[in-house]
Amino acid sequence: MSERASVPAEDEQQEETEAEEQTQAPVTTGAQSVVRALENAGAEYVFGVQGGAIMPVYDALYDSDITHVTMAHEQGASHAADAYGIVTGDPGVCFATSGPGATNLVTGIADANMDSDPMIALTGQVPSNFVGNDAFQETDTVGITQPITKESYFANHSDTVGHDVSEAFALADAGRQGPTLVDLPKDITQGETDVEPNPPTTPDTYHVQEEADEADVQAAADALAAADRPVILSGGGVIKADASNALREFAMEYEIPVITTMPGIGSFPEDHELSLEWAGMHGTGYANMAITNTDCMLAIGTRFDDRLTGGVDSFAPDAEVIHVDIDPAEISKNIYADYPLIGDAREVLRQLFDAMPRAPDADEWREQCQTWKDEFPMSYEMPDDEPLKPQYVVETFSDVTPEDTIVCTGVGQHQMWASQFWEYTEPRTWVSSHGLGTMGYGVPAAIGAKLAAPDQEVVCFDGDGSFLMTVQGLSVAVRENLDITYVILNNEAVGMVRQWQDGFYEGRRMASEYPWIPQFDKLAEAFGARGFRLEDSEDVEETIQAARDYDGPSVIDAHIDPGENVFPMVPSGGDNGLFALEEDHLEML
Amino acid sequence: MPGPAPTERIRPEGRRNSQGIRVDPEAEVTHDPRQAVLSALVKHKPGVLAEVSGLFSRRQFNIESLTVGPTSDENIARMTILIEEPEPGIDQAKKQLQKLVPVISVTELEPEALRRELALIKVGGEKPDDVNAVAEMYDGQAVDASTDSVTVEITGSKQKIDAAVEAFKQFDVQEIVRTGAAALERGPKTLDTDV
Repeated sequence: MSERASVPAEDEQQEETEAEEQTQAPVTTGAQSVVRALENAGAEYVFGVQGGAIMPVYDALYDSDITHVTMAHEQGASHAADAYGIVTGDPGVCFATSGPGATNLVTGIADANMDSDPMIALTGQVPSNFVGNDAFQETDTVGITQPITKESYFANHSDTVGHDVSEAFALADAGRQGPTLVDLPKDITQGETDVEPNPPTTPDTYHVQEEADEADVQAAADALAAADRPVILSGGGVIKADASNALREFAMEYEIPVITTMPGIGSFPEDHELSLEWAGMHGTGYANMAITNTDCMLAIGTRFDDRLTGGVDSFAPDAEVIHVDIDPAEISKNIYADYPLIGDAREVLRQLFDAMPRAPDADEWREQCQTWKDEFPMSYEMPDDEPLKPQYVVETFSDVTPEDTIVCTGVGQHQMWASQFWEYTEPRTWVSSHGLGTMGYGVPAAIGAKLAAPDQEVVCFDGDGSFLMTVQGLSVAVRENLDITYVILNNEAVGMVRQWQDGFYEGRRMASEYPWIPQFDKLAEAFGARGFRLEDSEDVEETIQAARDYDGPSVIDAHIDPGENVFPMVPSGGDNGLFALEEDHLEML
Repeated sequence: MPGPAPTERIRPEGRRNSQGIRVDPEAEVTHDPRQAVLSALVKHKPGVLAEVSGLFSRRQFNIESLTVGPTSDENIARMTILIEEPEPGIDQAKKQLQKLVPVISVTELEPEALRRELALIKVGGEKPDDVNAVAEMYDGQAVDASTDSVTVEITGSKQKIDAAVEAFKQFDVQEIVRTGAAALERGPKTLDTDV
């Protein structure tokens, strides 16, 4: 599976024994201290690309049990590490060299930052005496990444570099998770030291409050119990805090309908009667109706992103908001919290569970929610003579796979269909780029997800435009023989842009149509993967089965109806209750 | 079975303002900006100023002035940041600042806190006595003089310095430098006790 898989088996065994012994050996260089810090923190994989300034760290990695996965591009390394972090809950690790290596990581770091995914990036840097001189492959990595990390460290001594990595690792995982970075000048990693890194501990200025104030919890619980139209809004933070079970217990005990945000998908089973699935721009009609009409919202681990809220003036306008978040800065940032509860989602849910005086009297409300489910079902039309429908591909795939199947996506229309028409029941099975909306996320993310959960099935839905942005990652999936099924919902366009152009720019399709894209099935074969071309609805099941049966990466190039658009839709900044169910509705808004 | 069209759906009465706060649906509600003095203790190490100033610029907080200097503890520096924002923005600025890893503590000082700014004003040297007389009116003093110029030091509130600068305009002002405010709570209260 690793880079060194080409080493003959017996040598490898011998090497492994040596490696174990050397793991115990004292640290002699800064680079070894860096690797030791990663080992101490429990790192299993590193996703990266070699290069001049990071070379000493790679050399130290040679003697480590940590498996290095060489990616085809540093952006892929950061997305793979990000996905690894989402699936395992532990920080994913990525490496890049200085200059272009480091800047290529930036997209993935920003992505992790927006979605609060735990990740640590280690970048090579030119030797200290060249820093600031515009040396070959120099860039101000700390300066560039400071706004998109929890903290970016510049290592300035061989004796402390291991400690910097330990601290960065702990920080990425603590409280509200997120990315950290350590920039490693070459002389610092090459330099001699015998200092063992400290165990991973967060900086002394970083404080996390685990439990919310008891009186505040009681006030919030009383408000929720008194509500006529209560909802729970479950965000990505519920999954990050491993609070899905606590959420399920709470919602089911007090019979409160649950809406998730898009990153919160999987925190509550979508097949449960209390589930209204997810709300926001392309969320379900019933979730958006419930959000709009609720009088008390228990929002947990969500930052009220604008794709969720639409215009804030019309978001849950009648609702008292109870906001649970581990990050105090999220409280009243976008939506005012009447009851702020700062703490870990799992702990606070437990506190709330105990504090609830009774279940809200909400029979009528639940009936109303059911009515909305009946009125606005998630559906699509599939006449016999029509081209292949993307929703049908997603739904069919969802029906045949186990519940713990992990779905990764790129960004675009396919991402919305994959979130709408797949039925999610388990946390950490939905791996997508939400806040940053990074096209190209899917191919490398699926690699990180598969390595994180080798026993779970991994499917990646991508678009033709999104897939093409990181297609080189397919070489990695082939080399590592990762059993991933890539499904390209191919409409020869950046479809979401085209949808907006058609809806809001009078159909002026400037630069959104891609009739020149390659034949992805053949491209897959060229990489050494299995390729399938899918055009007819009646071939869907069979093709999916063939791709699943293949032991290794496969790519289904599914040529879908190019006229298909994503609905429901709340126009940007609009009113969630006024979602459009079809093109005609957009004109009413 | 498509449900009601957008305009025919159940609608609640309420609304929020642009800050996400529920408001009277009939009334216009805005929060006027006010000035706040934030005092932050930070780790005294390279890059902290960039981190703090970067935070303020990328979140579009309207910053009036930012000063930084050492404290009695050589590992800790103190920043005084004046911002002018509506209430929710001030609250958000405090929390975002507190979130930065090198930031030890953040406090908003009381409105009556001591606030001092320093200005050095260099004017033409033709009328040194007149310059000195104006300087004295503002409790300032000439700190450098040559045949062609006089440099005056003024310390005080922003308003006092604004007024002084205005007064010195009669003397061919050549250069001005101002520090921005440094501020400290009145009475025995100190920030350090909050650490």
